[in-house]
Amino acid sequence: MKKNSFLQTSSQTVGPFFAYGLTAEQYQYDFPSLVTGSLIKTEMNEERISIKGRVIDGKGVPLNDAMIEILQADPQGLYRTDPNGDFFGFGRMGTGTEKTNTFNFETYKPGKINKGLAPHINIIVFARGMLNHLFTRMYFSDEKEENDKDLILNQIGASLRSRLIANKVGDGDYHFDIFLQGEKETVFFDI
Amino acid sequence: MTNNAWNKRDWYNHPNLIYPDYKSTVFRNPKNSLIKLENLPEIPSPSFEKTSMRSIDSDLTLNAKKNYDPIGERIIVLGKVKDEFGRPVPDCLIEIWQANSAGRYVHREEIHDAPLDPNFLGAGMTLTDKNGDYKFTTIKPGSYPWDNHHNAWRPAHIHFSIFGRAFVDRLVTQMYFEGDPLFKYDPIFNSIPDKKAKDRLIAKFSIDQTIPEFAHAYIFNIVLRGREATPMEA
Ligand SMILES: [Fe+2]
Repeated sequence: MKKNSFLQTSSQTVGPFFAYGLTAEQYQYDFPSLVTGSLIKTEMNEERISIKGRVIDGKGVPLNDAMIEILQADPQGLYRTDPNGDFFGFGRMGTGTEKTNTFNFETYKPGKINKGLAPHINIIVFARGMLNHLFTRMYFSDEKEENDKDLILNQIGASLRSRLIANKVGDGDYHFDIFLQGEKETVFFDI
Repeated sequence: MTNNAWNKRDWYNHPNLIYPDYKSTVFRNPKNSLIKLENLPEIPSPSFEKTSMRSIDSDLTLNAKKNYDPIGERIIVLGKVKDEFGRPVPDCLIEIWQANSAGRYVHREEIHDAPLDPNFLGAGMTLTDKNGDYKFTTIKPGSYPWDNHHNAWRPAHIHFSIFGRAFVDRLVTQMYFEGDPLFKYDPIFNSIPDKKAKDRLIAKFSIDQTIPEFAHAYIFNIVLRGREATPMEA
């Protein structure tokens, strides 16, 4: 059984001032960014999508100092995390560069993954006022058949499932707001 | 292998989500409990490579230098990243950001009336080596005020972002400095329930690592989540 001799380093908030370090290119600071909000590295003959959304607090205010990281499979349903490949399934954006405090990822739609997982995006949320990051995931409203069979969605109460499903709002455009608290509170995972 | 092989976040050593002394936690965190998942398939971490970095990315005294050296006390910050079983974590991306020696961040929204340093940005990144070791050269950050409560000042700190070996093995934290008089007043530091866990966020001065006639050294070791070894593992 578990015999760990070292204890996890404690989490602390990302704070309000991460932009010039973690998302310098997006916020136009003079420092390199290894990752951005665009996962499009090379043109592929696959379905290109945008994922827009906001991070909304318990008073209904969209935050301008949150940061989102996404990790997804490629259109074939494979995780590709090698930075030299033609697809790198990881992106990061702050919510402070658009007037509406939206994040806006450009990517290819992930494929379904073997073992009963509908197409989805893994998400981590960070913000000032969050001492720990939170994990959630996003599914697609136009994948109902796959969603109904999804191994993870089926572990969540029926009334909450819709909170993890992004709405298709246009051709290839999806909208996914993350509610940190309140009536529409997003489902977050202890993983 | 499923993700369940990863040790869970150890909530004894992490802050509560809502910690009212740090006011903005009250409306920025869920009230429902986090949901546990069964049989979550493994989600990898993104990987990063040394070749995509410049050597000055880990030297904050050089990476924004225009004409003069940045003002302040030059320091080395170094340490090891390991998991809960004591295994070093190599090739792990560490990103840091911090205020300058006057306690001023470059961030445009920062309004604290302390001088900017034209030769200092305050951002750095590096990868751990094969032994899990990392090292930054930087300037010791100053304390800065914030509006959480009357006369609120953050203890001097460096923000750290660390990628482990899986998507779930992610950490963002802050490193503090030994002997800071502000610890007992800071709700962010004190949001961690365990006293020993707080102490582990405090970097220790090291005379052995101090470089003569160049810079003091501070050691900050980091422990990420562990994964139980399986017979399949090489
Ligand atoms: Fe800070």
